[in-house]
Amino acid sequence: MTLELTIAIIITVVGASTPILIAALGELVVEKSGVLNLGVEGMMLVGAITGFVVVFTTGNHYLAILLAAGAGLATSMIFAFLTLSLSANQTATGLALTIFGTGFSALAGQGYSARPVTLLGPLFPSELATHPIWRVLFGYSALVYFSLAMVFAVWWFLKKSRAGLILRAVGENDHSAHSIGYSVVAVRYGAVAFGGAMAGIAGACFPLLLTPQWAERMTAGRGWIAVALVVFASWKPFRLLAGAYLFGLVMTMELYAKAGGGPLSAIPAELWAAMPYLATVIVLVLISIRRDASSNAPACLGRPFLPSN
Amino acid sequence: MTLNRRNLLKIGGAAAALPLLGSKAFAQTEPLKVGFVLVGTINDNGWNYAHNQGRLYLEEQLGDAVETVYVENVPEGPDCERVLRELAQQGCKLIFATSFGFGDSVIKVAEQFPDITFEHATGYMRADNVGTYNARFHEGRAVCGTIAGHMSQTGKAGYIGSFPIPEVVMGINSFVLAARKINPDFTITPVYISTWNDPAKEADAARAMIDQGIDIIAQHTDGPAALQVAEERGIVGGFGQGADMSAFAPQAQLTSIIDNWGPHYVKTAQAVLDGTWESKDSWPGLAEGEVQIGPYGPKVPEAVIAAAEAVKNGQIDGSFNIFTGPINDHTGAEKVAAGVTLTDAELLSMDWYVEGVIPPA
Repeated sequence: MTLELTIAIIITVVGASTPILIAALGELVVEKSGVLNLGVEGMMLVGAITGFVVVFTTGNHYLAILLAAGAGLATSMIFAFLTLSLSANQTATGLALTIFGTGFSALAGQGYSARPVTLLGPLFPSELATHPIWRVLFGYSALVYFSLAMVFAVWWFLKKSRAGLILRAVGENDHSAHSIGYSVVAVRYGAVAFGGAMAGIAGACFPLLLTPQWAERMTAGRGWIAVALVVFASWKPFRLLAGAYLFGLVMTMELYAKAGGGPLSAIPAELWAAMPYLATVIVLVLISIRRDASSNAPACLGRPFLPSN
Repeated sequence: MTLNRRNLLKIGGAAAALPLLGSKAFAQTEPLKVGFVLVGTINDNGWNYAHNQGRLYLEEQLGDAVETVYVENVPEGPDCERVLRELAQQGCKLIFATSFGFGDSVIKVAEQFPDITFEHATGYMRADNVGTYNARFHEGRAVCGTIAGHMSQTGKAGYIGSFPIPEVVMGINSFVLAARKINPDFTITPVYISTWNDPAKEADAARAMIDQGIDIIAQHTDGPAALQVAEERGIVGGFGQGADMSAFAPQAQLTSIIDNWGPHYVKTAQAVLDGTWESKDSWPGLAEGEVQIGPYGPKVPEAVIAAAEAVKNGQIDGSFNIFTGPINDHTGAEKVAAGVTLTDAELLSMDWYVEGVIPPA
């Protein structure tokens, strides 16, 4: 494999991994607060159509990212109201949110399917990225650097900040947190809002980073991969980074192997398609052998908080 | 008027009575109700979009004589039966099911509604009240392949397919056969992505191809994602599929294959109105205008346009058939003898690649 090709593959892998990473980071924070939001796919689609429409009408990519985050946040508030204020079942509400987001984005996207936009360009001036090796470091759009910065930010927030400690306390033992005066519901509202905004940005990656168009259901299940990744990474931001890039690598190598006809193309397409999930199973087995997975799952995950009982 | 329960009931009752008034008024000229069952949405800019365009053409041509309804996003499987039954009970007398996977459901429901006419696109199972129809897209592929053979500098093309079904294999073979008539060393690499609609994956597949020396891309999936990558990377180009996609890739789209179902829908509805419809398989192509070649892109030189037009016109007047031997399979062994043309049945069950295809694992 030549250097040029290796670099080209890395660049494609980074693109494929970024939306999954952003969405999964949001979901990680949500789950750390004890809430399971399965509506990631739906919120991503709302973010994708919002990002597309904004970039189509204004041509401003950064405004598109901002409003996509806002749209994802607004969508997540439906979930937050139902599950946190009304104590509805989180699993069912999350699934409903995905169905809602799919339908809503399709409705809002009527008439936009035959319209092209432009991708968000690289963040750094192109002089920095002339040599192929520099391209690996400086050749991406702001969304990629944002996703990497957010890994550090989420890690720092959860591990080092006081607010992060409160959030984890709410996720681990909501009644104790409540009894010492923290508002469980308010903390969870905040976490769900963050998850929604991140899912919205992840959705905006599709028209802004990967393929500059709108197509119904264009996230094609990557929201579900993000949800699975959080478990895969046992709720740890840096493992999440590794997991997202592993998924991105497998999804991308499949295509490079098939297109190149090299030795890797001898692996059947079905096995390639199954590989991310095989990897998930293997990692889960390895983690449970080490017996730290169960201790790491937020103890209140998915349980509604009812202070009266 | 306040909106209390009693008033609400009144409004509801009035609203419910409205269609009754309508049906009485127009009872004398009851139009033929035509139903369309679609596997995706009419906004996909490809397959389902084209069927909906055909539906609109039918309304435009036959006017008050027909009334159409359509159902989108119908999954292939038992749910299709429910949709078909509902359309039948709504009074549809002619129903088009427009995806391959609807076949079993159509046959089953057609048995229960013998007085309703069903037509199944790309299918192969017929009954007294079930006909099948398709279009010879591979004829368009031969035109695209001719352009690719002339214009490719690396002699390598990539072909993004959904699933390795005969319909797709036929297109790949037609494309490479045409290209190798121009450039005998031309090769094509099919990449199957196991989905009809995942634009991000299509785009990544296109990137994977271009990074490995492919300078022509064709696709048998529904969207323009691969063409957009071709435009961005500035390779020789690609081809629109299902509809003209030049808005997405003004430079990179060399030409496009356009599905034009309208004439078939008009002909079929007219036959049902006249009482002359009978169950048959209809498989028209370029000659009947059901497959059309879109405008050529700005990069295509005059001489290449002339060559492409020659292939197109040869298929229209019947003097040229891309599947006339000698044809070798991908191992180089002779599969079709000189002068022999593959029959329709052989095309519809095509499960082998011609020489020049680098077969997937």
